[in-house]
Amino acid sequence: MTTAVTSYSASRPEWLKYFSFCIDHKVIGIQYIVTSFLFYLIGGALAGLVRAELTTPEPDLLDPSLYNGMFTLHGTIMIFLWIVPAVTGGFGNYLVPLMIGARDMAFPRLNALAFWMTIPAGLLLIASFFVGPASTGWTAYPPLSILTDQKAGQVLWILSIIMIGTSSILAAVNFITTILKMRRPGMGLFHMPLFCWAMLATSVLALLATPVLAGALILLLFDICFGTVFFNPAGGGDPVVYQHLFWFYSHPAVYVMILPVFGIISEILPVHARKPIFGYKAIAYSSMMICCLGLLVWAHHMFTSATPDWLRIFFTVGTLLVAVPTGIKVFSWIATLWRGKIHFRSSMLFALGFVSLFVMGGLAGVMLGSAPIDLHVHDTYFVVAHFHYVLFGGSVFGIYAGLYHWFPKMTGRMYNEFWGRVHFFLTYIGFNLCFFPMHILGLQGMPRRVAQYDPQFTSLNVICSIGALILALSTIPFLVNMIYSWTRGERASGNPWRALTLEWTTLSPPPTENWHGEPPLVTEPYAYGISSHS
Amino acid sequence: MKAQRIVSIVVLVGLIISAAVWYGINNHLLPEAAGLEAEAYDRLFNTMVGIAFGVFLLIEGLLVFAILVFQRRPGDEEDGPGIGENLRLEILWTAIPIVTVLWLSIYSTLVYNRMVGKEPLTIAHHHAHPHTTYVAMTEGEEGVTEVDVTAMQFAWIFTYPGTEVTSGELHVPLGKKVRLNMQAMDVIHAFWVPELRLKQDAIPGMTTHLEFTPTRLGTFNIVCTELCGAYHGGMRAEMVVDTPADYQKWLAEQAVAQKQGKAIAIKPGEEFFASIPHHVPAHIHHVINEELVR
Repeated sequence: MTTAVTSYSASRPEWLKYFSFCIDHKVIGIQYIVTSFLFYLIGGALAGLVRAELTTPEPDLLDPSLYNGMFTLHGTIMIFLWIVPAVTGGFGNYLVPLMIGARDMAFPRLNALAFWMTIPAGLLLIASFFVGPASTGWTAYPPLSILTDQKAGQVLWILSIIMIGTSSILAAVNFITTILKMRRPGMGLFHMPLFCWAMLATSVLALLATPVLAGALILLLFDICFGTVFFNPAGGGDPVVYQHLFWFYSHPAVYVMILPVFGIISEILPVHARKPIFGYKAIAYSSMMICCLGLLVWAHHMFTSATPDWLRIFFTVGTLLVAVPTGIKVFSWIATLWRGKIHFRSSMLFALGFVSLFVMGGLAGVMLGSAPIDLHVHDTYFVVAHFHYVLFGGSVFGIYAGLYHWFPKMTGRMYNEFWGRVHFFLTYIGFNLCFFPMHILGLQGMPRRVAQYDPQFTSLNVICSIGALILALSTIPFLVNMIYSWTRGERASGNPWRALTLEWTTLSPPPTENWHGEPPLVTEPYAYGISSHS
Repeated sequence: MKAQRIVSIVVLVGLIISAAVWYGINNHLLPEAAGLEAEAYDRLFNTMVGIAFGVFLLIEGLLVFAILVFQRRPGDEEDGPGIGENLRLEILWTAIPIVTVLWLSIYSTLVYNRMVGKEPLTIAHHHAHPHTTYVAMTEGEEGVTEVDVTAMQFAWIFTYPGTEVTSGELHVPLGKKVRLNMQAMDVIHAFWVPELRLKQDAIPGMTTHLEFTPTRLGTFNIVCTELCGAYHGGMRAEMVVDTPADYQKWLAEQAVAQKQGKAIAIKPGEEFFASIPHHVPAHIHHVINEELVR
């Protein structure tokens, strides 16, 4: 186990460590969470502008090319600077060592390096917007991205994503090593909390898939800057090859964004329902099944491209099969609630909200996975609805659930439950108003990524925009609650929720190196209602 | 007590299945179909929507039930029962989804093969072409109306092989198989008519194909669905389904008009460009003029 930890002199204020190259995994975790949340606010503001433009069918509020730059930056920030860093870098770093009884991550300096790469990458991405925004969507398909007028912005966009991707690869190596090699003696793989299984599956995906994206983007960079023709049909290149390389990463990226959240939900439900997690092994194996299947379904994003028929069938079957391990998780979660004694704390409300919304996103996903169904709905608002149900209704609801659940552990203070509930109900109502009508818009004929649309779609778009406004407002009670509680909240005990996983056995917040003395051995992290405990 | 419980479960499952079937038939989520492929699509779509709605009701129902019934009573600090597994239940909720998705995969494959012309849609009208594939079509098939489609920023251009006709509007005859041979001049575009339920990318450097048989007279929107630049949202055109007689008449009129050198309007792109001329690079006007106003 590592013992290398920066020590602080008493004269230095405690908060300064959050602004330094600190190698404590808990500091790095919080650095990731706070940084990514700031990017979330920027991405959200961009979404607000996009929704404002779409309240009318004419492209009247924003210049159409600026509009394209805005949704491109919105999508890129939300994926690469909010959800991925928050769920892996944030929760992964904070929780994995605490849950397996380790003093820190396996490679603490690499860990700090990975975090500090996200800041210049983020600044580079924001800068790209001001030199002429990349306006080709987060997919950056050539030849549009090669022929674009905004070459400088597109190049900065590519460099930023490569830097974020590198950070992601470093983090993945660190998580795999930590989970496999740094567990407290006596803790077997099947004694680990399910969040650690989810992080293992996530890290394998990130490690195998991210280098392919980096390769594709470097080739694209050469096409833009140096006149090569890897993807440029004007010189004999093939733009469809880029799509394969891009989605080979970007479909698994979806699981990188959701698997850790599945893990968070599997931690929260048992604690607040006072029941053991139902089907521990099935949930652990289902994460690994999603990891394997997730690598083999990328071309379902390309059913309307130049894809051979047999491949479309292969990817249909593979994609629909993802519903099986996902269904195992959902049914296990509901069985966990069954006959429990549910405490409706803010974290539990968001976790229950997550289950209800993710089901909707998952069912739309099964429909999209079917090649013939996709022929109609591909690149329409139906897809926009679907991925916001899984990434916002899924990942973001899960992040909020996790933030409330571990807030006492991270800060040593309690949050305000009333404002947490207000935050939940505003978010739940705003979310559904904003994204549910988009299913209908897409089925009826509205394409995505447009600033102007057929006037028959106006009323549904106005409802979506009202939902977006409520969503924007919903972050205010959250922010005020978090900032006030962090500085002035009631002091939290080591284990305010009477939870059984290992991170709750230490102080809140945990000391440097996590435990004074040896961490205890916990081999049954979910033994609620079983007489051996309590 | 036990019998009562079984009866109520059977009744609830029956209600969910009835609601799923009803919604599958009556969802009205899609615009009215206008092609043979769309009719095959709608049967699959309604089946999947019905199943999805049933699963949705089941899971959300269980969730709401759990939330209402399994609340902690005030002051109760006890844990719930320590039950963490039930092998029979777990096998059940693994096996049923496997069977369902495999069945949906087979059904999807059958519908897919029909929609892309690998299998006949109606045996009476069309003979089967088991050897043709989506990307490699045979030429000059009898009874098939071929149209060459050129996509460019931000317009669609339709030319009719064997005639002089070039148009910004796609005219097709009712009840006849239409084959589009699509090319893109600059970036990737995608051809979509919502009422046909069909979409295909037009990709620079290659020719892609789309086949359909219109079954309803009228005018339908052609929408570009692949992000193609600033005015992607304005890249629309119209598809007019004529009776075969009207279609022939239109072709003849167009041929005459174009010999006399009359310009062809592209709709609604022309209005769109006129409304925001300062945004559109000059070369695009130039390209459109060259292509259309010959």
